[in-house]
Amino acid sequence: MGNKQTIFTDEQLDAYQDCTFFTRKEILRLHSRYHELAPHLVPMDYTNEPDCKLPLALIVDMPELKENPFRNRIVESFSEDGMGNLSFNEFVDMFSVLSEMAPRELKAIYAFKIYDFNVDNYLCKEDLEKTLNRLTKEELTPEEVELVCEKTIEEADLDGDNKLSYADFENMISRAPDFLSTFHIRI
Amino acid sequence: MEDDSVFYTDRSGRITSNPLLDELPSYQSLLYRRKQPIAGTKRRKESRGRSSLSGSGKWSVSTVNRIEERQKSQMEQRAIRELPISMAEKRRHKEQRLGEHQGLSSWGQWRQNTRRSLKRLRDDAREIFSSMKLWRRDIHQIEGMFGTGILSYFSFLRFLVALNLIIFLLMFSLVMLPIIVAPHASGNVTYNQRDGGNCSIYPSTARRGLVNFHQHISDLLSGEGFLEQTLLFYGYYKVDKIHFPKVNSTYNLALAYLLATVAYLLLSLFWIVKRSATGFKRHLVQDEDRFQSFCNKIFAGWDCCISNENAAKLKRSSLLYELKTDLEEERIKQKIAERTRKDKCRIYFLRAVLNLFVIGVLAACFYGIYVATNLSQEAEISKTKVNFITDLIYEYLPSIVITLANFITPLLFSVIINYEDYSPAFEIRFTLMRCVFMRLTSIGVLLFSLWSKITYCGKDKSCGCGYNHELYSCWETRVGQEMYKLTIFDFIIIAAVTLFVEFPRKLIVKYSQCGLAKWWGQQEFAIPQNVLEIVYGQTICWIGTFFCPMLPAICTIKYFFIFYIKKVSLIKNCRPATRPFRASSSHFFFLVVLLIGLFLASLPIAVSLAQISCSKACGPFVNYTTSWEVLPVTVSQMPEGAKKLLFALSSEAFAVSFFVVTCLAMFYVIALAGAHKRVINQLREQLATEGRDKRFLIQKLCQAQNNQPVKRSKFQPRSPRSPSSPSYHTSFSSNVSESVFLAHSPPKSSTNV
Repeated sequence: MGNKQTIFTDEQLDAYQDCTFFTRKEILRLHSRYHELAPHLVPMDYTNEPDCKLPLALIVDMPELKENPFRNRIVESFSEDGMGNLSFNEFVDMFSVLSEMAPRELKAIYAFKIYDFNVDNYLCKEDLEKTLNRLTKEELTPEEVELVCEKTIEEADLDGDNKLSYADFENMISRAPDFLSTFHIRI
Repeated sequence: MEDDSVFYTDRSGRITSNPLLDELPSYQSLLYRRKQPIAGTKRRKESRGRSSLSGSGKWSVSTVNRIEERQKSQMEQRAIRELPISMAEKRRHKEQRLGEHQGLSSWGQWRQNTRRSLKRLRDDAREIFSSMKLWRRDIHQIEGMFGTGILSYFSFLRFLVALNLIIFLLMFSLVMLPIIVAPHASGNVTYNQRDGGNCSIYPSTARRGLVNFHQHISDLLSGEGFLEQTLLFYGYYKVDKIHFPKVNSTYNLALAYLLATVAYLLLSLFWIVKRSATGFKRHLVQDEDRFQSFCNKIFAGWDCCISNENAAKLKRSSLLYELKTDLEEERIKQKIAERTRKDKCRIYFLRAVLNLFVIGVLAACFYGIYVATNLSQEAEISKTKVNFITDLIYEYLPSIVITLANFITPLLFSVIINYEDYSPAFEIRFTLMRCVFMRLTSIGVLLFSLWSKITYCGKDKSCGCGYNHELYSCWETRVGQEMYKLTIFDFIIIAAVTLFVEFPRKLIVKYSQCGLAKWWGQQEFAIPQNVLEIVYGQTICWIGTFFCPMLPAICTIKYFFIFYIKKVSLIKNCRPATRPFRASSSHFFFLVVLLIGLFLASLPIAVSLAQISCSKACGPFVNYTTSWEVLPVTVSQMPEGAKKLLFALSSEAFAVSFFVVTCLAMFYVIALAGAHKRVINQLREQLATEGRDKRFLIQKLCQAQNNQPVKRSKFQPRSPRSPSSPSYHTSFSSNVSESVFLAHSPPKSSTNV
């Protein structure tokens, strides 16, 4: 990784450094990871900003994401078209938000998007049930699922509309002690 | 929960939101921060496209503009990379900002550039620093395989290695380095005078004649023989002052020794408190507010770092277990609330009996340690050698008894707690507290029994030199030797248990078909017990450093090896505990236990420094009655001004006023916290009422709009400024009857509850 890399121009690397939480070395490393997902699709030379998107199926196969029950939702939330096809910019964006140094507020915004399965800006009971089932691989009985969802909404719902708006979610997440350490992927 | 009749479905049965709700400023600010949603839903792309509304057109344009301006200024304050927008937008922002900066004066530009380069520098420095951290790759690997709970144990271990290293460097530079350097820097060393009395006889312990090989091993393991009069122990530092003629100053080694002791205790305290500050804040917040177990588990429960299939399976099962336990807790809470008076009496009586039993067990263990220490000391003093192994056992008798007690009592406690009928979370904590108490007080009992022997001179005699100089001519070295033995034995036990218990267990469970083996199961990596082990070792290190200045170095090496031993054991033998230990609370728990260890360690040191007379035959404090006396003597030799200041600082007047000021500050802070809590509650209620108001108003507005659908569609011009989602506008303006209707009898299925 000397000074002679030809993948990005200096301005591009500069821009990446300002727009993400990564250093130059890490961006180059990310590019090599992105490249090895589909070597024939991803060009080595990004200086003229090629328009290359990798499909969802390739990205969720990465070792960092493979075991994550929400991997599809994560990739979909960062993709422009909502179908999970990520360009390199979006790829870097995703790992930047999930990195150690992203602030809590930023992570909370994307976490809300990830858990919002039906994309209606609210975490309704169906969203919670789907989240729970993905987490436990459906090993809870339906009554237990019902009970847990009820308790969750009871704990977090502030304005009493029986579902969680973004304000409720943010308020609850700011007091969840584990959030920062668990919503974090090391790459 | 009242039915919210505001939300409705359109013809296709999907739930769409009320367009009026979309206009609300709070929703708009949220949308501006979000990225473009999926194309399937009927949302408009840009907030600017909103401005061509019909009935609400006038006010919406101005509100939208105002909102945009406000948000723009807000966004400018934040760093670009913290904005929740897509990468392309971020780069556009960056260029925009750059363009703005061109317009600034040269001073402004220079300031921006320096700020940016400083930020880059800081990022690079942080990267270099983190790449230098010890064991980064190993910890990364463990994190991927086992998650953040076990990771916290290993980073705690790393912290202790660093702490011990720093303590050793402190002692080395203040105490050992001057002695080593003195001959080379032509310093004059004044040794402590031997006044020829009885107290200052120190028989040499070097072995004479032909020495067997196993004598050397026994000396190495017990710190006697050839090790006794070395740098390792307190007795070697007989130096009082060192004169350096070249720089014409005197180095008071006795004072340095005392101050180094106090310094390392204070340093440990500050470092631990600093590390626990964030955890403590979070812990307070968590305790004060409504208990958030479910939300925390569902939304922050999955450890995204896990990349290993087995670990993922384990995490899933542990989450399942946690959720089931929580539901169980709810049921138990209800059961407790329904307890009758008779039940309560029975349970309290049972608890009292069991607690007495626990106290009895603890007393028995402490008595065992006392007897073992006495036996061991008598065997050493009588100097009858039976054979190598028996001698070694006598030497290590206190350590063996302590280890046995620490092995049996946790098992006993975990059995007893089942009968005491507490909630599961409290059970875990209470058992842990009992184990902590047991471990740390056993060291105290050992020291107490040692001291009672040191200061015992016979039935009715009082000790001539303040201590029993016949048996213990240099009692500090003896105490140092005990601490040294405890450390070595602790290390041997940890290594031996891993090699001789965990490996065979894994082999048996893997290859044997016996039912018993399957029931026994694979070893669990129990975090609390492991943490207690290393806190125990650290407490011994803190106590022992005064008597054995090289002990921190030994502990550093010991923890270094323990890291690798535990890592291999974890990866090869263990599976993580099915009873999970949360990362957040666990870090705080480790540091709290460490602090308890620190306080318990400073007690014996305080007693040794201030109460018991120091030995007259060895060590730097021969010319003083107690070790602490160095300080007043030095102060009395200082110049007038400094002396007056120090006397003032230690006078009662100063202490009392300092105490009063601290109390006032504490009361103020407590009052502030109470006020904040009240404000938070009020705001929470306000939020709830606002939500209800909002829904009510929207209801009314919809009703009002509903009453004039025909007029609206006639006067609605086709707006040219509707770039995207024309379906939205048409649905609002013309097809009002289709999409905007208030369900008077709201169908239950429409509300997404």
